[in-house]
Amino acid sequence: MTEPTSSLSHLDVEEREKPFLDANELVINMGPQHPATHGVLRVILRLDGEKVLGLECVIGYLHRGVEKIAENRTYAMFNPYVDRMDYVAAVSNGLGYCEAVEKLLGVEAPPRAQHVRVILTELNRLTSHQLWLGTHALDIGAITPLFYTFRDREEILKIFEKYCGARLTTHAFRIGGLQYETYDGFEKDVKNFLTFVAPKIDEYEELLTTNRIWVERTKGVGILSGQDCIALGVTGPVLRASGVKWDLRKAQPYANYKNFDFEIPVGQNGDTYDRYLVRMAEMRQSLRIIQQAVDALPEGPIMAKVPKVMKPPVGEVYHSIEAPKGELGYFIVSDGSTQPYRLRVRPPSFVNLQALDKMCRGQLVADVIAVIGTLDIVLGEVDR
Amino acid sequence: MLDYIKSYLTSNLTPGSAGNMFWAFVYIVVIFLGLSVAVIAMNWLERKILAHMQVRLGPMRVGPHGLLQPIADAIKLLLKEDIMPAEADGFVFWMAPIFVVLAAFTVFIVVPFGPTHAVTDMNIGVLFMLGVSSLSALGIVMAGWASNSHYPLIGALRSSAQMVSYEIAMGMAVISAVMMTSLNQQGTGTLSMIGIVQAQQAQGIWFIFKFFPLGLIAFFIFAVAMVAETNRAPFDLPEAESELTAGFHTEYSGFRWSLFFLAEYSAMIAVSSIAVTLWLGGWLRPFPNLLTGAKWDLFFFLFPGITFLFLAGMCFYSTVRMPKHPLFRIQTIGLAGFGVVLGLIGLILFIPAVRERVQDIYWFSMKVAAFMYLYIWYRGTFPRYRFDQLMKVGWKILLPMGLGVLILTAGVGLWPLIQQTIWNR
Repeated sequence: MTEPTSSLSHLDVEEREKPFLDANELVINMGPQHPATHGVLRVILRLDGEKVLGLECVIGYLHRGVEKIAENRTYAMFNPYVDRMDYVAAVSNGLGYCEAVEKLLGVEAPPRAQHVRVILTELNRLTSHQLWLGTHALDIGAITPLFYTFRDREEILKIFEKYCGARLTTHAFRIGGLQYETYDGFEKDVKNFLTFVAPKIDEYEELLTTNRIWVERTKGVGILSGQDCIALGVTGPVLRASGVKWDLRKAQPYANYKNFDFEIPVGQNGDTYDRYLVRMAEMRQSLRIIQQAVDALPEGPIMAKVPKVMKPPVGEVYHSIEAPKGELGYFIVSDGSTQPYRLRVRPPSFVNLQALDKMCRGQLVADVIAVIGTLDIVLGEVDR
Repeated sequence: MLDYIKSYLTSNLTPGSAGNMFWAFVYIVVIFLGLSVAVIAMNWLERKILAHMQVRLGPMRVGPHGLLQPIADAIKLLLKEDIMPAEADGFVFWMAPIFVVLAAFTVFIVVPFGPTHAVTDMNIGVLFMLGVSSLSALGIVMAGWASNSHYPLIGALRSSAQMVSYEIAMGMAVISAVMMTSLNQQGTGTLSMIGIVQAQQAQGIWFIFKFFPLGLIAFFIFAVAMVAETNRAPFDLPEAESELTAGFHTEYSGFRWSLFFLAEYSAMIAVSSIAVTLWLGGWLRPFPNLLTGAKWDLFFFLFPGITFLFLAGMCFYSTVRMPKHPLFRIQTIGLAGFGVVLGLIGLILFIPAVRERVQDIYWFSMKVAAFMYLYIWYRGTFPRYRFDQLMKVGWKILLPMGLGVLILTAGVGLWPLIQQTIWNR
């Protein structure tokens, strides 16, 4: 039995629940090398038997100083770096950055580029949710969904690879539009994929949604009320599962999302099961958006007129998009030179991770794993 | 000496009961080797079946279709450095895997593979099996404690709590099956494993169908409890990979770890054979009393041979489908050779003298194999229970159900007697 480490001293002593039968508190260290922390998250757990009395996240094991790097790169040169933050949803990161710089420059991407951006971003949302589902189910002990989701995710990655040559860190977009025209058969590939994946999503649901053990493991676990979400700044599917209808694609339409017809799935209880349902529904909505975008893909140029040497006017801009994990914002300060004076990223994973302690208190160790899974964090984005 | 060895051959008892130590020893060696082979086969089958459930191929590199993978793994484990944590309690750390393996293997001396195919026939056979197999919980606690580390400790605590809770429900189910053995003219029940199967033969019904649905419910309770007892998915909390890295054997590696592995799989086979003995008629072939006569006997005698010929056919089919590239030549030849061996065994099993001896063992193994497949299927399908839910299932669902089945079985079993005493007075 170890003494509680001093790093936990900030937890309010009164707030602690009394240990059962005067048992000694057990402090265990989960991570940074742990199969269920999705990377290099370190969680210091204070346990009474199996019950969690409190926890603290230690982050920074994957810190690469992305924001500082931005200050020494030109706007175009920094573009590939954003792919390395949330490497599961690299396309979304690129979209957010490109749109932020476009806002600063005062240019707008042409309609065809916008459509292709939407298609790729929504495909990317699908890969992100598929990866989340697989790993989340694996954490809870169901090993089979992981392989099902990876099988189908592969088809999306093949489209990415055909489009821009990369599967994961795609660097798909350029400031002002797209670098590449879509390849021959892009539309057919995407349409084929849509008909292929729709029954597969039902397949995932068949394995889990009505599975008694799955429901017992997720219902009522890690409850976060809508108010708590707003107080903690939690966004994305986690917020929507708590009953707050807030999706930046509808609330502050960017790209050309306002042209597409889709719904925002909302949960009621804010527990892990609702978050699961919301994400499953979001995958279906993404399919709807992609279908509409592919059907109405306009012809035309793919690049707006952007100067070779980008010198945005002095000023600052904040632009945020709805990444698969929540609100991904870029705050860029320009001093009129070719490089940003300061670039700040508001990553959804980092902010959502703050809710972990609140969600896990009073729960069991096994729930901590389930909650980390349901928050859908990517450590590359948390640490940047 | 030779007379001593020969004297047993005319007896129709198990060697232990006949008091022939030589043959008892031979049986022990055969069972030990057979069990080791079964664990190796189970290792390969689990990886393959699970892989095919999960749209992947599983081991394919070592040997044709990965057939030699378990052997390669065993060699790797034996050659690994033997690590003991500096803070560990050395003696207990050393003892724990031995204890677990001992408990897992000892139970097999009463498992009846046939009316005479057991090392010994104890009159308390079922009790012996339950008692000795639960000793492995002690080994696990020792492992968790001796590792002197947090994850193993939590894993060991979970494991002991789980095993103790599920043993009670298990016991209730077992008692109801044992009570069914006493429904004969003399009213004498038995705890002997061989006696229980003989009672099913005498009553002409597997106990799973007896007093429908009471036998079925008891079997169901046992089938759930035995998964929990062996720490397999969905009750694999003690070694919950995602929470506790590897549970009680986190600090073990190499040969010691492989002992835990061996023990886990032989424990699975052990509890499955209890279930088969108690509810599924042990070594009895399907419908032993219904489909009698020489023709039906011959029909069921042919099954072992046909099974092996089928496996041989599978091998030949895969051989034909092997890539024609010269790199795969050795694998192709090896697979064909394996098929030939299986086919030869199949042909030998058609010889009348052999097939009559083998048939009990065949039916017993087939029933146990069905349970092994279920274990793998569970693992591919279910998420893991949480600790409190596990306890809830054990204490609030299975235990009351077990008690109810026990009382109802007793009531239904005694009903003719009650009728007699009340109405015929």
